[in-house]
Amino acid sequence: MSESNSSSSRVTWEGCSVLLDINDGDRLVFARLSPAAKLKIGNKNCSLQPLIGRAFGTVFQVDTAPNGPYLSPAQVNVNNAEEIGDGQGNNEMDKVNVNNAAQARDGEVNVESRDNRALVDNNTAQSLTGEDIEAMRRQGARGNEIIEALIANSATFEKKTSFSQEKYRLKKQKKYAPKVLMRRPVARSICEAYFKKYPSKIGFLRVDTLSLLLSMANVSSNSDILVVDMVGGLLTGAVAERLGGTGFVCNSYFGQAPYSMDIVRIFNLSDEICKRILRSPISDLLPKESPEQVLEHDVCNVESQSNDQTSALASMDEISHSSENGISDIGIENTEPAIEIRKAPKAGERPQKEIIDSWRENGFSSLIVAAPELDAWTLVRDLLPLLANSAPFAIYHQYLQPLATCMHNLQLEKMAIGLQISEPWLREYQVLPSRTHPCMQMSAFGGYILSGTKICNSTANSSSNRTVLL
Amino acid sequence: MLASDPAKKNSFNRSINNGDLVIVYERHDNMKAVTVSEGTVLQNRFGIFKHSDWLGKPFGSKVFSNKGGYVYLLYPTPELWTLVLSHRTQILYIADISFVVMYLEIVPGCLVLESGTGSGSLTTSLARAVAPTGHVYTFDFHEQRAGSARDDFERTGLSNLVTVRVRDIQGEGFPDEFTGLADAVFLDLPQPWLAVPSAAKMLKEDGTLCSFSPCIEQVQRSCEVLRTSFTDIRTFEVLLRAYEVREDKLESIEGNGDGSNGSLPCKRRQCSDGGNVMSSPISSVMARPCIEARGHTGYLTFARLRCLI
Ligand SMILES: C[S@@+](CC[C@H](N)C(=O)[O-])C[C@H]1O[C@@H](n2cnc3c(N)ncnc32)[C@H](O)[C@@H]1O
Repeated sequence: MSESNSSSSRVTWEGCSVLLDINDGDRLVFARLSPAAKLKIGNKNCSLQPLIGRAFGTVFQVDTAPNGPYLSPAQVNVNNAEEIGDGQGNNEMDKVNVNNAAQARDGEVNVESRDNRALVDNNTAQSLTGEDIEAMRRQGARGNEIIEALIANSATFEKKTSFSQEKYRLKKQKKYAPKVLMRRPVARSICEAYFKKYPSKIGFLRVDTLSLLLSMANVSSNSDILVVDMVGGLLTGAVAERLGGTGFVCNSYFGQAPYSMDIVRIFNLSDEICKRILRSPISDLLPKESPEQVLEHDVCNVESQSNDQTSALASMDEISHSSENGISDIGIENTEPAIEIRKAPKAGERPQKEIIDSWRENGFSSLIVAAPELDAWTLVRDLLPLLANSAPFAIYHQYLQPLATCMHNLQLEKMAIGLQISEPWLREYQVLPSRTHPCMQMSAFGGYILSGTKICNSTANSSSNRTVLL
Repeated sequence: MLASDPAKKNSFNRSINNGDLVIVYERHDNMKAVTVSEGTVLQNRFGIFKHSDWLGKPFGSKVFSNKGGYVYLLYPTPELWTLVLSHRTQILYIADISFVVMYLEIVPGCLVLESGTGSGSLTTSLARAVAPTGHVYTFDFHEQRAGSARDDFERTGLSNLVTVRVRDIQGEGFPDEFTGLADAVFLDLPQPWLAVPSAAKMLKEDGTLCSFSPCIEQVQRSCEVLRTSFTDIRTFEVLLRAYEVREDKLESIEGNGDGSNGSLPCKRRQCSDGGNVMSSPISSVMARPCIEARGHTGYLTFARLRCLI
């Protein structure tokens, strides 16, 4: 495959993976583009063929043609605020801001002459019937024309505050003129999409937390990064993306069965990058002498740990189920398996012996763990010796206590320095003229990270020197 | 700092040589960048450390002074560098830096424009993200600062990935030679809105922009200007809360607390409600947020160049 068909390309191609954002995040769908691929939008089945060869960032709309509905690039309306004619006369109402504004309550608008005291909510406000709309459609009316007609036939629209007018318009737009924004599936967008729709699949790893893991572990070209990824492959994919086809990411696992890495396939990783993703049981990486013992120990530990957490896991499942249709949407919708086969080198091969030997000799450049179900301390105790000296590491966990215990033990054993537990905190703001404030919705939970730097084993650490360094 | 030669890897097992940059670690809040120079010494409260003792030792080693005190010698990373660099300006720290790199979607091979360079704290991480094939062009109108930053990138071994130039970006915009070539633009300027039109011109279709501003008024003005040619405009604040961990013995309460079965004389105390507390200390590892924390750094506003079909 050519160089351009990779993560860096800004135009789609056949076989490319895309993130489709329908109606400003209402639905998020990962899809692989092929002439045969279809996506149901509203009650219409649309071919994804028109998306091939288009720039990422393009917005599509559903148009009707004699031979059925099809997706066509939407004319971007840079300044639709003028259509509202509310006297504010600025261009504040672009897509994103409308979306944010919709979260705010009516009446928050400072510069507003109308209020909603005269509004009576009965169902007679709209004189256009469903049949009328269908008839318009049959005559080839576009979504925007239907919306304008709905507004023209609404008895209450004129009386609404400009704020409510925009909300009304947005509601109708979603129903009659759905927008499909085509995004590049990269670590940021993939993490955000999962966090929004299916957070339990990625261990509730928020995008800022993921970004911290990557920098705290100094993920950089030509490094060999050891990861324990029980977040569906998101971490592995994000590391591979940063390595850009150099070095290796070693996705390691305890026991016989590798952990799922499905999310890696959603990234548009080039063949060169895929080849750099290797998968190995941890027992293969350990020094030759008696790997059995260590491994058994860990496996039983893992089991007892996950039993303890049954209740916690069950509650997470509930959360994800309650996000309704989000679930079915997330995940690759691929109607053309042939394309999958054509993608030659698969990510996740077993490392060759020479590579393992070089890891054993030089040590890994760093370690990242995102394993919500494993005990942090036993894991780090076994994996830290596989790192080169002075290598940084970053351990993510949803709970504070396992990391606190791990940090304490690392201090006692003098295995690492610069130890720190941090909790990322992220707040988004709505920025609008005279209406700037923190967004109503915020994720209160970004998990915890234990980070530090491995130090040289001070030979059997018998001579405990002065006090424990932090 | 970064391995440019794939054969050499970023392996720290490599031992310390004359001329290497090392991070001397005393405590997590006390580190220093030192360029190893045979015949030189490092002097601190723990005594005198001879550089010649360090040669040949692996990174991550503990080394001793004439008085038996010790420090660790660490391999420099952008994270450590941010903690030791000389502050010629306000700088960005790890939380903001990490988020910026991820949200701007910077990956190896990207071309990134930045202004101002300041102390080069962010630039160092941008360089790591675009390596080995991308490049960061960073601009500051302060000649001396630009010079010091250039020296720093030489010292950290990043000069093949970073170019520092002196230019008034608010006044003149970015140079025309980058028109339509930038994958991402980062602004840390007092009046970022003045540089936004130029940034838009530099970006590729769907390219990303970030502006860092400490004050909300700056954000407000930037967003107004961004709306003309950008979409997906979002403003965030990111912070890190650090925790401290310690093991301590806590007294546990035995009996029903009314003092009736407390016959042991050891360590008895009056509770506020008049009951007795029996102590039988249990050791446990506990965590709590550190008392001092950074409450605000700045707002990060991100935007994406709008695609006009
Ligand atoms: C706060 S510092 C940037 C710090 C940097 N982000 C870091 O992490 O080290 C802001 C810099 O912008 C520079 N600056 C201010 N106005 C400028 C202008 N018009 N053009 C170029 N640089 C400018 C200042 O000289 C200063 O060095």
